[in-house]
Amino acid sequence: MDNEKDILEVRNLQVDFKTYAGDVKAIRNVSFDLRKGETLAIVGESGSGKSVTTRTIMGLNATNARITNGSIMYKGEDLLKKSEKEMEGIRGQDIAEIFQDPMTSLDPTMKIGRQIAEPLMVHKGMKKEKALAQALEMMKLVGITDAENRINDYPHQFSGGMRQRIVIAIALVNYPEILIADEPTTALDVTIQAQILNLMKELQDKISTSIIFITHDLGVVAGMADRVAVMYAGKIVEYGTVDEIFYNPKHPYTWGLLSSMPTLDTKGDELPSIPGTPPDLLDPPVGDAFAARNQYALKIDTEKEPPFFKVSDTHYAATWLLHPDAPKVTPPEQIVARQKKYAEMQAALRKHQADHTTPVEEEEEQQ
Amino acid sequence: MAKYLAKRIFYLILTLFIVITVTFFLMKLLPGTPLTNQAKLSKSQIALIYQQYGLDKPVWQQYVLYLAGAVKGDFGTSFQFSDQPVSYLISSRIEPSLQIGLQAIIVGVILGIVVGAFGAMKQNTWADTTATIVSILGISIPSFVLAVLLQYYLGLKAGWFPIAEWGGFIYTVLPTLALAFTPLAESARFVRTEMVDVLSSDYIELAKAKGLSRTSVIYHHALRNSLIPLITIVGPLAVNIMTGSMVVENIFSIPGIGEQFVKSVLTNDYPTIMGLTIVYSFMLCVVLLITDILYGIVDPRIRITGKAN
Repeated sequence: MDNEKDILEVRNLQVDFKTYAGDVKAIRNVSFDLRKGETLAIVGESGSGKSVTTRTIMGLNATNARITNGSIMYKGEDLLKKSEKEMEGIRGQDIAEIFQDPMTSLDPTMKIGRQIAEPLMVHKGMKKEKALAQALEMMKLVGITDAENRINDYPHQFSGGMRQRIVIAIALVNYPEILIADEPTTALDVTIQAQILNLMKELQDKISTSIIFITHDLGVVAGMADRVAVMYAGKIVEYGTVDEIFYNPKHPYTWGLLSSMPTLDTKGDELPSIPGTPPDLLDPPVGDAFAARNQYALKIDTEKEPPFFKVSDTHYAATWLLHPDAPKVTPPEQIVARQKKYAEMQAALRKHQADHTTPVEEEEEQQ
Repeated sequence: MAKYLAKRIFYLILTLFIVITVTFFLMKLLPGTPLTNQAKLSKSQIALIYQQYGLDKPVWQQYVLYLAGAVKGDFGTSFQFSDQPVSYLISSRIEPSLQIGLQAIIVGVILGIVVGAFGAMKQNTWADTTATIVSILGISIPSFVLAVLLQYYLGLKAGWFPIAEWGGFIYTVLPTLALAFTPLAESARFVRTEMVDVLSSDYIELAKAKGLSRTSVIYHHALRNSLIPLITIVGPLAVNIMTGSMVVENIFSIPGIGEQFVKSVLTNDYPTIMGLTIVYSFMLCVVLLITDILYGIVDPRIRITGKAN
């Protein structure tokens, strides 16, 4: 492990899908770390490879997927080298997953108590009664009222939000080290979304798990994540802390994403969008995959792939615009506004801290 | 539940009434009379026999009389065997038919599940293709053709089974196989489709994410969910077996109601035709009713409440 705080280290991951038309290069050299206890959000549009990345970590890729390169280090061992049997021992025990649609991710013909108890029976070798007792505790923990009576209910007797709570209970029942949440709130309405996100945060503190949060909803990211990785066309193009990505983004794709998210400050009639469509990953373009849709593209973008340029210790972006020789460009006005607002907030925060720390210190001195 | 049952039983009686009515008049449209083959009878003898059996009355009167009798449980006397009440004729012959029918449906459906599940698990391999070919053959080959083939190859050539006799269990093997092939094929095809669907569903993905082994995923999650819809085709399969059995019983000389049915139609034995039609319709209605109730028991999403909808 490069960093002892890391619980998961993904290095140079490359995944292809064999299809009749050829090999689709779904993941192209992806590397990232997950630290203990943090929430890492992976954002990007549909088809950018977010879900394939997590499927690969879980060892649950479709049969036509080929992992052509890379390693996924967990507790000093490469998950990609593990046998199917060994992966069965890890799934649901060390790494668990919450799926997108709670309406379809529960077995319709199995009582929910049993569904929550199953991982306990498989991994802890518990007898059914004991596992069910623990499942009941878990149901209470995820906020299911009248859990004693509802443990024998079937999924169709629960609402969408309640079902997602059950899915969370299933995932967390073994207190996994890593929780992968693949768009866990996309299928829920907004009020329920907030409840589920709060519940996840709350449980993360309780059982100190690390979360990989997959989403295309930047609004959700802001409230949930510690760090953010932005994916485009099977690559990570920028990563940093949530503030760095939201208030000081460097990659034109991140600019596009953020500009197309309405905020309270959004003015005008039309919401900006990123022109064009993502490239065909059967035959990925040379250079920066985003170049064709990028109004700030440089000539070199179509010739050579940009490396990661360091913005700060925690913030990196893969765009030639950060090269010392690159021409200075002004980001879209929304982004400039964000940067300005962030600077103001930081200044205010410093002022606030300065104002408040001094009197406390004085008091202490008096005592 | 009680209310639901009462409603279904009412419908069952209604269905039987309609079946009796339609069959009665259709039967009267059949060419010939019960005495067509007895050419040597004189006109007055025929008139006498007609009178004895009430066949001289207008058709509508015969119908009313028949209904009145049927309500009291009197289904008349067979024309073929004098003095044999239809109810006795049927009850003495129903056992072999039920035995063959049940055996065929059990063997067929169980083998069908195995073949179908196997095909789904080994999707798009030679095993799957074989399973599909078996299904297509099973659906396209009529049971009577298969019956003759079985008689020839397993009975005559190999000599493993008696060809056309009725005795103990060994005599039931060939007819059971002949009848079982269609339900086997139908259920294999059905289970395969369902299971392929289920295996790609989100809850199977979640089951895998829990760390369940492949066998566990199939056994605890995939199988039950793919088998539930199978119950819906058990009704039609039962019909298949019943109609198939009429010819197959003839081929294997099984003293069952199917064989009797064919004979009765050929000889215009009106009371027996009626009685057997009622028995067949009744069995079918009961199978369908059981299917519906069973569905509610195994699928928690469908629970029968007393409410009408």
